[in-house]
Amino acid sequence: MATQTTFLDTNELVLNMGPQHPSTHGVLRVILKLDGERVLGTECVIGYLHRGVEKIAENRTYQQFAPYVDRMDYVAAVSNGLGYCMAAEVLGGIEVPERAQCVRVILTELNRIASHLLWLGTHALDIGAMTPVFYCFREREEVLKIFEKYCGARLTTHSFRIGGLQYETYDNFEKDCHTFCDWLDKKVDEYEELLTTNRIWVGRTKGVGILDAEACKAYGVTGPVLRAAGVAWDLRKAQPYCGYEKYDFDIPTCQNGDTYDRYIVRMAEFRQSTRIIRQAVDSLPSGPIKGKVSKVFKPPIGEAYVSIEAPKGELGYYIVSDGSVQPYRVRVRPPSFVNLQALDEMCRGALIADVVAIIGTIDIVLGEVDR
Amino acid sequence: MEEILNSPYVFPAIATALIIAVFPLVAGYIVLAERKVLADFQVRLGPMRVGPYGFLQPLADAVKLLLKEDIIPAAADTWIFWGAPVLSTFTALTAFAVMPFSDRFYVADVNIGILFILAMSSIGILGLILGGWSSNSKYSLLGALRSAAQMVSYEVPLGFAIVTALMVAQTLSMQGIVQAQYDKGIWIAFSNYGLMLIPTALFIIAGVAETNRAPFDLPEAESEIVAGFHTEYSGFRFALYFLAEYASIFVLCGVAVTVFFGGWLRPFANVGFLEVPLNVIFPILLFLLIGGGCGVGTMRVSQAYEKGIMAVLTLAMLLVAALFAIPAVNVLIIGFFWFLFKVLILIYMFIWFRGTFPRFRYDQLMQLGWRYLIPISMGGLVVNGVVLLLTS
Repeated sequence: MATQTTFLDTNELVLNMGPQHPSTHGVLRVILKLDGERVLGTECVIGYLHRGVEKIAENRTYQQFAPYVDRMDYVAAVSNGLGYCMAAEVLGGIEVPERAQCVRVILTELNRIASHLLWLGTHALDIGAMTPVFYCFREREEVLKIFEKYCGARLTTHSFRIGGLQYETYDNFEKDCHTFCDWLDKKVDEYEELLTTNRIWVGRTKGVGILDAEACKAYGVTGPVLRAAGVAWDLRKAQPYCGYEKYDFDIPTCQNGDTYDRYIVRMAEFRQSTRIIRQAVDSLPSGPIKGKVSKVFKPPIGEAYVSIEAPKGELGYYIVSDGSVQPYRVRVRPPSFVNLQALDEMCRGALIADVVAIIGTIDIVLGEVDR
Repeated sequence: MEEILNSPYVFPAIATALIIAVFPLVAGYIVLAERKVLADFQVRLGPMRVGPYGFLQPLADAVKLLLKEDIIPAAADTWIFWGAPVLSTFTALTAFAVMPFSDRFYVADVNIGILFILAMSSIGILGLILGGWSSNSKYSLLGALRSAAQMVSYEVPLGFAIVTALMVAQTLSMQGIVQAQYDKGIWIAFSNYGLMLIPTALFIIAGVAETNRAPFDLPEAESEIVAGFHTEYSGFRFALYFLAEYASIFVLCGVAVTVFFGGWLRPFANVGFLEVPLNVIFPILLFLLIGGGCGVGTMRVSQAYEKGIMAVLTLAMLLVAALFAIPAVNVLIIGFFWFLFKVLILIYMFIWFRGTFPRFRYDQLMQLGWRYLIPISMGGLVVNGVVLLLTS
């Protein structure tokens, strides 16, 4: 920024964006310091959706708390539930049957698709393309229908239980999954046709909000944002859980770490997810769906940290047990919260229009940021 | 009585009153059409609640806006805040004065017609800037600054494109431009060995920007600056801005049609044997088709009042179709029909853009304007001028 040399001094403008703003994805408040349209710095104000989820955990039994985690990242509720159940299982030393693990993978990947669809729609809407959001919701509806048929709930599904699953899959579950995967692959082609080579879209996203691998690691940023910077880090490969090691899939990465690359990575993840779902559905073993868990779940004294690859990045649960029916402490490492820290770094020197693009590309859910 | 009727002021006065009275309704229905067309692109239905298939939605919207509380922010500059939307609406509607709806229906045919429209649209920017400034809100201010920069820069290629067309038409009068296209036997868009397509395309691109439509809708980019210059406006004042926006879209499409696409002339205006198919059969078939659609709609709606409205619409469409069959009436309305038909196609295109493109960023918009559109429009002017000189 060139220093002002004349006596006509210009002032910076402080603009308050949110918490009631169309494109801060909920109740994020960003205070922007502007020089004209150029952003000099940002400050995030969070906590408008704070519900004290971690504190609630201390007053509920392990099973009672499970539905609460669905309300954190509510667009990827299944992933939240998976992470929590896995942490509790590690704590209690419970073996989860093969079939349950396989169904968990299928549902989690379906949820990843749903979450990415919502991201794509709102991200495109932020950048001004108003049509993709309706297509994305049409496809997301199919995922929600599968959830609804499986467990009766669409959004906050609470589909997993500590030790396995509550419900057996419904008739035609496999067929529904296959039909959906085939259909989605075609639809992803359509989105790509609409956006990937669109000159305006490329202009709006390429080179915007660059976060290189070093910065990503410094901030602890994970998920597609990290992979777009060229780091092939995916917990499903790095420390496989739920039998992910059995499936054949790639980790899509890009090099530049800008908004466009993050878009490309997520678009590729759609295809990888359908690939995993197909394999999992085809190899779905028969058998029990729930391990041996006593009605009163009392894990031994100890602690456990389990992290999974949620759609938005590394989702970790740290649970401390004092041997009672209630956890002593639950701490969540939400990907949205950690990734949001990088907003300031990405926004400096950008324009206002870039800020909304960057907020969209981090893919935050405020329920998870504030908890 | 005779004297009054023969006075040169009577017909323009009636036409003016008609435009002012009818256009707000037309604008409302353009909005409805936009919502319906967008809904069609976006796999949804659009407004369906008020009236059959949402046909009464514009009326409901208008009533709602009129009944809303009239809010003026405490920090606003009251008089300017009050006057800015009026200025915008006034200039947008005034531009209709020289709009050649048909060979008979126009308010005035002045010899500087096109200049008048450009002048009015330039003054219209003031309404936006003043509105954004006087709101005393940061979002409004940003929107106003964006619109000022955008409209001023895109007026240049717009002007150059029109100048190029004027070189071909050799007149500034709107009626004269249409007449020139009739004499040449070709629309200006396709004349000059197809070279005029350059300014035509530029005019449409710059026109989209000039009217703040997507993908150039930065002044009111809702995902960035909430609603831009009219963030603080509500109720009737907001309705005025809305009216002004749609009026200027209509005017711009009207200018594009008049200057480049033959105005109220039918396609191939000089080819005699197309007279009957294009001027009689085509409109009759079109309105029969619309009437048939309304008829099918009548069957499908359930409530009695909805059935009534659809039946009336069906009958009206059939009546219009019948009017085109009467030679004496056909002559009167055919120009009007073609003008509106072409304008609506252009407006459909505008909506199509909105459904397809992401939004430009501020700096990219300026780049596109100054680095590409203006040089290309100047080049188009020179090339067309040289070709005109060589062939005349």
